[in-house]
Amino acid sequence: MDFTIDFTKEQIESIEDILQDELIDLGVQSVILMDLAGNVIVNLDSGDSSHDVFSLAALAAGNYGAVSAMANIIGEQEFSLLFHKGEEESIHFSKVVEDLLLLTIFNKNVSLGFLRLKVAEAIKRIQMLI
Amino acid sequence: MALINPKKREVQVKVVYYGPGRGGKTTNLEYVNQKFRKRILNEMVTVKTYGDRTLFFDFLPIDIGKIKGHSIKIQLYTVPGQVKYNATRRLVLRGVDGIVFVADSMDLRREMNIRSLQNLKENLETFNKNIFHIPLVMQYNKRDLADEGIPILPMETMQKDLNSRLRAPFFPASAVSGDNVAATMKKIIALTVGSLRKKLE
Ligand SMILES: Nc1nc2c(ncn2[C@@H]2O[C@H](COP(=O)(O)OP(=O)(O)OP(=O)(O)O)[C@@H](O)[C@H]2O)c(=O)[nH]1
Ligand SMILES: [Mg+2]
Repeated sequence: MDFTIDFTKEQIESIEDILQDELIDLGVQSVILMDLAGNVIVNLDSGDSSHDVFSLAALAAGNYGAVSAMANIIGEQEFSLLFHKGEEESIHFSKVVEDLLLLTIFNKNVSLGFLRLKVAEAIKRIQMLI
Repeated sequence: MALINPKKREVQVKVVYYGPGRGGKTTNLEYVNQKFRKRILNEMVTVKTYGDRTLFFDFLPIDIGKIKGHSIKIQLYTVPGQVKYNATRRLVLRGVDGIVFVADSMDLRREMNIRSLQNLKENLETFNKNIFHIPLVMQYNKRDLADEGIPILPMETMQKDLNSRLRAPFFPASAVSGDNVAATMKKIIALTVGSLRKKLE
């Protein structure tokens, strides 16, 4: 059996700190760091949401894979913005490194522009850890 | 591609039900979903077209308890069996740890079983995986059709067509009645998790 990037307990804790600091503390409802097989690596939330993270991760992995395959068909490497906007809540996807995705769920109190900035910062910090 | 979370002491393992369209993959998961309700924390997710055909996948996470202090979460998936959905089928295979091949025992489906198995082999190769090296269980589904007088393939024929070289464990089954559905699942979990033990030492 082969394994996703092996994370140590310390790495996971550091990633949690980064996500808490960059995203949750700013009003983001929940964040999921996951791999493209659909595994959940880290999951944090603000305490007032209880989403089914495993199902979300499975669907997000499929969705991300499907969108990437579409990009390839039209000759793009990837689409840089992956975002689904809802009435109350929205979902944003971002690639961290090959095979790792960061999924963010946020509501109207957080602007997309600000969120993208914060996600980019969080990703930069996570990349330095792994 | 199993994932170990050393902080939560949790392992996620991905098992995929593969096979020709209408073979009974979704029915297997539906049965498991009913039968093992108390081990299943969330609703089964299905992405279907109308007519109940799987468009993308079904997903069912199931908790099987602890091994060496780690709680083991088995993520069961099905692929869409229809030939035209190969791109999505391949996405579901990403990171697979174990496979159940659900073959259709109906006489008429003989060729489709063989083609689907060949397709599995090719799709695994795109992820640099070898069908001979991945935990695999064969399920010869719809054995109950014989009772209705519908011609089915003898087990020996199916073994010869699909399993003569792979030599995977195999089960005659009926996903609608639940016959050997749990046995199939337990077998693939045992095979898949077996290779985990060493890693968890
Ligand atoms: N008689 C009989 N019918 C079955 C059995 N298993 C499944 N079926 C029927 O076969 C049909 C197709 O079953 P599904 O479980 O949807 O098949 P699938 O493999 O998921 O098909 P795709 O999603 O298209 O790949 C349904 O009408 C089922 O009720 C079985 O063991 N015996
Ligand atoms: Mg199906």
